[in-house]
Amino acid sequence: MSLMDRHALIEKNATLLLVGSLLVVTVGGIVEIAPLFYLDNTIEKVEGMRPYSPLELAGRNIYVREGCYLCHSQMIRPFRDEVERYGHYSLAAESMYDHPFQWGSKRTGPDLARVGDRYSNLWHVEHLADPRSVVPESIMPSYAFLKDAPIDVKDFSTHLVANRRVGVPYSDDMIAHANADLMAQADPNADTSGLEARYPKAKIGDFDGNPQQVTEMDALVAYLQMLGTLVDFKNYDEAAGYR
Amino acid sequence: MKFGTQIFALALFTFAALVAAGFGVDEPFRQHMWVLFFVLLGFVAVLIRNTSFEAAAPIDASAYMDGPVRYGAIATMFWGIVGMLVGVVIALQLAYPDLNIQPWFNFGRLRPLHTSGVVFAFGGNALLCTSLYVVQRTCRARLFGGDLAWFVFWGYQLFIVMAATGYLLGITESREYAEPEWYVDIWLTIVWVAYLVLFLGTILKRKESHIYVANWFYLSFIVTIAMLHVVNNLSMPASFLGSKSYSAFSGVQDALTQWWYGHNAVGFFLTAGFLGMMYYFVPKQANRPVYSYRLSIIHFWAIIFLYIWAGPHHLHYTALPDWAQTLGMVFSIMLWMPSWGGMINGLMTLSGAWDKLRTDPIIRMMVMAIAFYGMSTFEGPMMSIKTVNSLSHYTDWTIGHVHSGALGWVGMISFGAIYYMVPKLWNRERLYSLRLVTWHFWLATLGIVVYAAVMWVSGIMQGLMWREYDEQGFLVYSFAETVAAMHPYYVMRAIGGAMYLSGALIMAWNITMTILGYQRAEEPMPGSAPSLQPAE
Repeated sequence: MSLMDRHALIEKNATLLLVGSLLVVTVGGIVEIAPLFYLDNTIEKVEGMRPYSPLELAGRNIYVREGCYLCHSQMIRPFRDEVERYGHYSLAAESMYDHPFQWGSKRTGPDLARVGDRYSNLWHVEHLADPRSVVPESIMPSYAFLKDAPIDVKDFSTHLVANRRVGVPYSDDMIAHANADLMAQADPNADTSGLEARYPKAKIGDFDGNPQQVTEMDALVAYLQMLGTLVDFKNYDEAAGYR
Repeated sequence: MKFGTQIFALALFTFAALVAAGFGVDEPFRQHMWVLFFVLLGFVAVLIRNTSFEAAAPIDASAYMDGPVRYGAIATMFWGIVGMLVGVVIALQLAYPDLNIQPWFNFGRLRPLHTSGVVFAFGGNALLCTSLYVVQRTCRARLFGGDLAWFVFWGYQLFIVMAATGYLLGITESREYAEPEWYVDIWLTIVWVAYLVLFLGTILKRKESHIYVANWFYLSFIVTIAMLHVVNNLSMPASFLGSKSYSAFSGVQDALTQWWYGHNAVGFFLTAGFLGMMYYFVPKQANRPVYSYRLSIIHFWAIIFLYIWAGPHHLHYTALPDWAQTLGMVFSIMLWMPSWGGMINGLMTLSGAWDKLRTDPIIRMMVMAIAFYGMSTFEGPMMSIKTVNSLSHYTDWTIGHVHSGALGWVGMISFGAIYYMVPKLWNRERLYSLRLVTWHFWLATLGIVVYAAVMWVSGIMQGLMWREYDEQGFLVYSFAETVAAMHPYYVMRAIGGAMYLSGALIMAWNITMTILGYQRAEEPMPGSAPSLQPAE
């Protein structure tokens, strides 16, 4: 009986067919994905990475909500032109607290992995509200409505708790101060010593130019302004990080 | 009482939606629950109108259950046109950005509506209705589980409505082709398991000793999608009365999990499932047996084994470790062979019936589908080579590749299957008009050619402009200049898409008239009846 004839066995037994195909399709995923969770060299050891501050996280959620990732990548590849255009190539460690990742798959607009500190807050607000007023060639939609949308925070700590449950090291202190930190980061007059201790390098200020309220524009600009600014590449060891 | 339990259960869920709409912790969630409330209220109203207290008429257990298949064929047509229309709209938004209407109709919210609309609403309904049609006929058995098929059909439509409205409200997990949030994902899981039970149950009660090859593909598609969906959507909600959840994985692991899912949404949803369609409808329409039984065995096992490894080619040169990228590339190239095994088996089924290409526009459509399948499954492995990918990634070339597969393969084979099924499902002698099918065929084919060619040019041009240096060693183009250069191509792409959409509208007209029982008075296709020749 040849191998092909033996196949009749599977063709006559639906359970065998079901189990057989399920086993066959699980192999690839197990071999490729599972090792990423325990191989030490998957994520480089770098200094400077920290969880997002509450305002940055709220801004990131708006970035996700508006589908920014559909046109902007956050993943600089190690090519000469990309490194010159956008900055140091992206490290795995730089998205270690990203639930979900925002690497993107298409560059209808430029990469944003290191857009932080490149433009002023005012530029970002103008650009988001009316992109073609600052970049005439742009085909980006307008996001002016963010300026009028007060940020919706009843209890932002639940977002930090959810992140902690999936592995982001938010401390009890961070969770307890979530709402206060969120408001303080967008207020230049607030006492931000606690915030700065909890979230080093956090950018503080009235991002949207409207001190009356904390808007979604504040949050989104706060997020954009910190992108790619946490790791100091003067201290990064290329050889040790090479994989 | 007919529908008694159903009405009671639905009313309960309707009330729960109302409660969630009142107590939701974020505004999009409350809006989404209002949508759910009104949709469920509609379901309840329809059921109450159709209830009766008389004893139910006995069901003929020997007859096929084609009600859900008929609804599925109509839903396929409906969602297809919605999805394609949104596609044309977002194509125009890229050419003319003033067409964005914030916040609900901005590109970023409409694009998932387009992708999910064509993949899951159009493609999903096509798979659902053809699989239920095929499994009954190849097993000679009525669908398993009584009204289970209706639950699967309406449950799936509810999933589509919740996903689509969620995107417009800004409710998304940002995982491409898996954007719906946690509660919609849970609902889809329930519906999908019911679909598996329905399909497998029907196979188990079959009267044929062998399971037909089309059903292997459908079954592996259903079970693999279940696995991919559950693993990729693992996430932690911030509140059980809120729309926001955080992925269980982060960064590099999250990226690979997503593209393991994303590529196999292509591999199993858009390939394995539609190969099942091909294995039934092409032999039927051509009236020829499948070319090679051995080839179908080999390419079935090879394709489902190899496909699952190909995900990392979406992450070339990223922070994903090199070993995983290389593994993904190697398996993607190997995948070329079983893919072409399927193409050969489909095309060669026409051996001895090639003359039908002249006379039968439905066969023509199916052959064009298989040809595009072959083309895309060559282009895909080529683009997965790291050197090629360094140019093509992040550009419109990828978009062009997806569309030659989606419009060419998935679209055309579904159209062919629906043209085949509809006259049979509604007991019509023939379609309303075969000449309209010819019009559809040419509009669709030319539309795809325009679309794919334009995207090749724009994608490769964009990739080359990004990396162009002058003799002093400076980058030649700013990013904004490369965006401006795309404009003429974005206009042409929208025209290609509009041609494809107009073909689908002609089909919708043709199908509607067929269902209503009309036949267009028209000349038969040339050559379809042998003309008498004088004796020599």
